[in-house]
Amino acid sequence: MPGEDTTALEIDREKGNFSYDIKYAYDAGTGLNEGVVDYICDVKGEDDWIRAFRKKALKIFEEKPMPTHWATKDLETINFDKIRYYLAQDKKPKRTWDEVPDDIKQTFERLGIPEQERKFLAGVEAQFDSEAAYSNIKEAVGKQGVIFMGSTEALMKHPEIFRKYFGKVIPTADNKFSALNSAVFSGGSFIYVPPGVKVSHPLQAYFRINAENFGQFERTLIIADEGAEVTYMEGCTAPKFNTSTLHSAVVELVALKGAKIEYITVQNWAANVFNLVTKRAWAEEGATVKWIDCNIGSRLTMKYPGVVLKGRGARGEVLSIALANDGQHQDTGAKMIHLAPDTTSNIISKSISVGEGRATYRGQVHIPKHLTGCKNNTECDALLINTNSRTDTYPAISVRGNKNFVQHEASVSKVSAEQIFYMMQRGLTEGEAMSLSVNGFVNDLTRQFPMEYSVELKRLIDLEMEGSVG
Amino acid sequence: MSTNGTGIAAAFEKHLASQQGAPAWWQELKKKAFAAYGALPLPTRKNETWRFASISGLSLEGYDFGATATGAVHTELADRARLVAQRAGRIVFADNQLVAHERVSDELAARGVIFAPLAEAIVKHGDILQEYFMAQDPQLGSEKFAALHTAFVTSGVLLYVPKGVEVDLPFVARTWSATQGGAVLPHTLVITGENAKVTMVDAFDSADRNSRALALGFNHIFAGRGSRIDYYVLQNWSDQTLGFQINSLTAERDATINALAVNIGCNHYRCETQSIMKGEGSHAEMLSLSIADRDQEIDQRTLQIHQAGHATSNLLFKNALADEARTIFSGLIRVAPDAQKTDAYQTNRNLLLSGDAEAHSLPGLEIEANDVKCSHGATTSQIDESELFYMLARGINRAVARELFVFGFFEEVVSKIGNEELASRVRELIQHKFREEEARHA
Repeated sequence: MPGEDTTALEIDREKGNFSYDIKYAYDAGTGLNEGVVDYICDVKGEDDWIRAFRKKALKIFEEKPMPTHWATKDLETINFDKIRYYLAQDKKPKRTWDEVPDDIKQTFERLGIPEQERKFLAGVEAQFDSEAAYSNIKEAVGKQGVIFMGSTEALMKHPEIFRKYFGKVIPTADNKFSALNSAVFSGGSFIYVPPGVKVSHPLQAYFRINAENFGQFERTLIIADEGAEVTYMEGCTAPKFNTSTLHSAVVELVALKGAKIEYITVQNWAANVFNLVTKRAWAEEGATVKWIDCNIGSRLTMKYPGVVLKGRGARGEVLSIALANDGQHQDTGAKMIHLAPDTTSNIISKSISVGEGRATYRGQVHIPKHLTGCKNNTECDALLINTNSRTDTYPAISVRGNKNFVQHEASVSKVSAEQIFYMMQRGLTEGEAMSLSVNGFVNDLTRQFPMEYSVELKRLIDLEMEGSVG
Repeated sequence: MSTNGTGIAAAFEKHLASQQGAPAWWQELKKKAFAAYGALPLPTRKNETWRFASISGLSLEGYDFGATATGAVHTELADRARLVAQRAGRIVFADNQLVAHERVSDELAARGVIFAPLAEAIVKHGDILQEYFMAQDPQLGSEKFAALHTAFVTSGVLLYVPKGVEVDLPFVARTWSATQGGAVLPHTLVITGENAKVTMVDAFDSADRNSRALALGFNHIFAGRGSRIDYYVLQNWSDQTLGFQINSLTAERDATINALAVNIGCNHYRCETQSIMKGEGSHAEMLSLSIADRDQEIDQRTLQIHQAGHATSNLLFKNALADEARTIFSGLIRVAPDAQKTDAYQTNRNLLLSGDAEAHSLPGLEIEANDVKCSHGATTSQIDESELFYMLARGINRAVARELFVFGFFEEVVSKIGNEELASRVRELIQHKFREEEARHA
């Protein structure tokens, strides 16, 4: 890359890499036991059913083995006894940035959140460690009856809607990390969009880890009632500490009849973060759920957004981009569970492995008996940049019945030397040529992203590709 | 499988006694294998290599490892179905007993070609066997079954073709299961020297289509530098057979192995195929066609290991499923960090002929080198209604049209069979099975 660009971009690369010495008013201490769960319940003043739910989840978490019979052994390096499970400065989020304490406000200002909110968002929630520091929704959207608030707050204010779907899409025992989340969850977003309401601008949540040895366990539940439409975007950053940090979220989406939910993630955690997330959606008759999932950061990401296609004609889509650089393992994929006739699903996954980075695709497509007219299309493309880059693909496709159609394709390639040579002949540096090629590789996917995100993503890819050649 | 070891332990004692005349290393090998069999854990569905498999159907309880049919049955089976008229040699087993052995011509023998039953080979060619017998460990989940096979195997063939010898006619090993409740353990070991060329055909049958039996077969194919081996397995065990077939292919520099399997029989069939591209410029072709009907389960696991660069491998597994049949295809291409310029492909196609059939497909890749071309594809679909309509509109009845589709579907694999006579046999097998299926529904 040319010198002047590099300096400009260097600042951005380190954009999320800072932390403030915060005095936390609430701290559950280090390690995980029933006491920690009780502490969280007491601080939040939660009802007994939540306490019972958490304690049951803790048991399940303790009983479940690490899934290392299929997943990476790197999981074994997580020391659950050294993690802090709840840290908050205040339990209640602020409605204006002016009320947010200075150091936390500075954090989000450096990340550009208030500015983005003014520009193009319908609502923003900003979570700092365990609790939301800021939560606001534009008045017009609020008047339509849209609810957008932190999960902690929603549990208190709207238990009747929350409880109906909470833990239903992703049961506690789904996997070890969903159980962990269910035991110590805090923060995350709750969104309810009433029937027929189309939220014109995206709602955004921003997740920030500030403290060292911290575990963030947000819980997000989005419900789009019949015919409603909503787009939700989340961003994640954390400073780079020497010790590992854990982020283990559970995200449940419910798209009722004819509803549309689009969920966009740009994950740029620091390279010490274990990002072990369970995301799943229900799509009822005629509903559409689309996951757009970009994984750029973290040490290890394990995330397989899924859609359970419950009603006739429902559609599920996962568009996934993963970029794995030195010391990173992006273990991502998708799950499509077809449970109704005429349901369709589409999975497009593109991964780029740079240096010694490792990108893994895991997919599951399930079509049970006696369904007709179900279709799935899966495409996985992997690009390997350096000699020692690594990629794996592990799809599992189960089809029963003879009126369904499934296709899966995967390919692995490298950037062609001819292409690079062609561009260099026309005056591009090798780095620029490489960036251009890689951006071209993911271009057909990024074009489908909202503008701000595709620009951001292109920039992140440029940064990651820097110095990858030679 | 039996966890109550007494029955099988007694069977092993008896078996070992029958091997008293065999070389000491052979007996030692068997003892070790039997101990390993006892020590190794049973597969569970939690093992990735057994995902989706019906583990409960794998009970080895009640099979007789010492089963022998009468001499009259042997004579009949030695004659029945000669498979191909033109051949370089033939060995026939019934219930692990040698019943016919057509030796190689004097000319080939003089050039050093060995085509011998295992019992003869362990005595006369101990050096070869000690180097190659079960030399590649199974990597796809059947370690325990490999140990059991080694412990009890007596039948099987050794085909050794030395440097520079090319044999055009195929060698045939025919293995019959003849006794109700019996266990058969076919074993095939093919080794070629530099630039040699040979074709080997394994054909598995049951004397009685309704007999319940256990088949536990292994083969190891070693292609030396620049050599070529065409290897065919025609699996037509009875409908009630529990079958295992574990295949291992190893290709040295510039060697080519073409392996093709036809899977017709068994109630539950587990087939593992691993290929190792050991030398640069080597190539393995792995083709398979399976027809599964009734409540049949055909469970196929494959592994393409690219150890050396500049090598190629190509896999095409096609399954047609009728009734309530299940198939599992789980494939993995593994490219080692230094295996640059690898070209590896893997394709699984499933044709569902019934609304109750179930196809699982797990096509995987593990790539640790960047300058490679690798792809995999898996599709599961059914006969296209508009194509069917086209045929019906031209007066072709539905059953015939359906048969044509299935033939068309498989022809991509059948057309790769290098021996015309053998290709016709395969078409007959497909047709026979298909007609049976049609007749059941008529």
